[in-house]
Amino acid sequence: MNREAIIVEKLGRKFKQKKEQDLWALKEVNLTINEGELFGLLGPNGAGKTTLIKILTTLLLPTEGTAVIGGFDVVKEAHKIRPFINCVSGGDTAGYGILTTEENIWLFSQFYGIPSKVARKRIDYLLKVVGLEDKRKTKINRLSTGQSQKMNFIRGFVTDPRIMFLDEPTLGLDVSVAMDVRNFIKDWLKENNQRTVLLTTHYMMEAEQLCGRVAIIDKGHIVACDSPRKLKQRLKERTTVRMKLTPPVKDLSPIRNLAGVSGVSSRDDSAANESDITCIVRDDRVVPDLVLATSQNGYKVLSFHIQEPSLEDVFIQLVGRGLDEENQPPE
Amino acid sequence: MPTLSNIKSSIILNVRAIKARAYVRIVGQQRELSWLFFDSFLPLLSIAAFVYVYKAMQAPPEFTGFVILGGAMTAFWMNVLWSMASQFYWEKEGGNLQLYLIAPMSRMSILAGMALGGGFSTTIRASSALLVGIFIFHIPINIIHPWLTLAIFVVTLLALYGFGMLFASLYLLFGREAWHMSNLLTEPIFLLSGFYFPVKALGFYVAAVASIIPATLGLDAMRQLAFPDSAQFGFLTVGSELIILSILAVTFIVLARFSLGYMEKLGKREGRLTMRWQ
Repeated sequence: MNREAIIVEKLGRKFKQKKEQDLWALKEVNLTINEGELFGLLGPNGAGKTTLIKILTTLLLPTEGTAVIGGFDVVKEAHKIRPFINCVSGGDTAGYGILTTEENIWLFSQFYGIPSKVARKRIDYLLKVVGLEDKRKTKINRLSTGQSQKMNFIRGFVTDPRIMFLDEPTLGLDVSVAMDVRNFIKDWLKENNQRTVLLTTHYMMEAEQLCGRVAIIDKGHIVACDSPRKLKQRLKERTTVRMKLTPPVKDLSPIRNLAGVSGVSSRDDSAANESDITCIVRDDRVVPDLVLATSQNGYKVLSFHIQEPSLEDVFIQLVGRGLDEENQPPE
Repeated sequence: MPTLSNIKSSIILNVRAIKARAYVRIVGQQRELSWLFFDSFLPLLSIAAFVYVYKAMQAPPEFTGFVILGGAMTAFWMNVLWSMASQFYWEKEGGNLQLYLIAPMSRMSILAGMALGGGFSTTIRASSALLVGIFIFHIPINIIHPWLTLAIFVVTLLALYGFGMLFASLYLLFGREAWHMSNLLTEPIFLLSGFYFPVKALGFYVAAVASIIPATLGLDAMRQLAFPDSAQFGFLTVGSELIILSILAVTFIVLARFSLGYMEKLGKREGRLTMRWQ
């Protein structure tokens, strides 16, 4: 049986706000992540993912609860945790523009005490793996966004951490680079079963593709935690309805408030003057009411079908709205 | 209780960290040479201005020497203030600070690396001031106790860098507020520490308070040793100043260690450690 790499118990973090009520970015978070796992934390922007990562990487103190990384407490034993963790945040490009790719990665390897000879061998290997060999001697202020992000990755992995924290690692990357990064993560984990990865993302597909288990987080609370397959099985007794409506839907409440509707999500396509609506409903008997509600509110149904649930549907059902939704479900 | 092996590993880790952080600065100075003009040549103009003021007033020739020495020490003070203490602000803005803080090395190693790395350009700047003083303004320099002068210089630097590390800890919690403090410390310190005149001229009590800044007593002692005929312009004896500087060096370095830890803890509690655009 694998040991626990990360144990989080009743973790909470409050931020004081000057003019508004204090904000609980995390509340009563419980998680256990085993050694060797690629664990996903899925949630929308502002859900608390980065706050949790900052606490686990010893950059932020929790307001309540405990977190133990590799057997050490993040508050009292932070100095014992740092030698075997690292963190890569998507969208962040650390380093110094005046230095080359190779020099920047070497620099950060030295902060972990890695001998230069060992560091250079790892850099050689990692540059090859991510396809940056020809950019080795290029100053990082001349790299493209995708190349900088790849360099950022190598910077994190060159120290060969036991536990790696990846905070939205593919944020802002184009499709092919994002795919390279995901493949890299999977392969890296396979090389050594004592390595653990905690990955935060708001891309459903990424969580589904990569993670053995996924915790869904919303407004600082973990609402579900299981493998993607088991999470989707929860929706067996629910039906997923997908509709294309025109014109784009401005107010989802006529649909959301219908009896039998668990959750609704909308994605607008302004160019095509339509909205893609996903509804999780109790059963097929809700469908006629759904169609009636849309036409009564002035929308035309362009397409309509019922399908197998995805992880996104699980999210909608649990949280009541889509991952990209700004709208709040009515109380 | 840490073992010998742990202590050895820790030393190796921190030496590597110091070397790496110094590397950034050294390489940066080699690849971007504009500092030679802005940081080495331009400051000579303000030094020259003071020299000509003293010459116009027909002040004793040692005063030219005071200005030259003060100009040379300015380089070290600016290195401490801007290339070390406030560097955490830029590291925070650039996203590097959080990577430093999750790494196992000591925070003092980062700062020591910055200081060491800046030492090259600082030495060039200080040396230019001295060379201009010797070959253009013909300052009557006569060091009769070179080892004592070197000791004063080294202890002054240790105390200065300790002070800089203490100040750098503020940046773990604050952003712009600490930046404004750095601005506040630039010009007033030139006055209070007597960079361009003997600090004794400020009166005993003001000079005593100003002595908390290591450059004050360091400069005063080095002037007395470099220009023995101007001993009457000295604030305290060289021996007393060396003792005080040694106490300041130890105090600031110890305080810096605790302050860095305390400020980091405060920053983690307040959530300001990685907050940008503060």
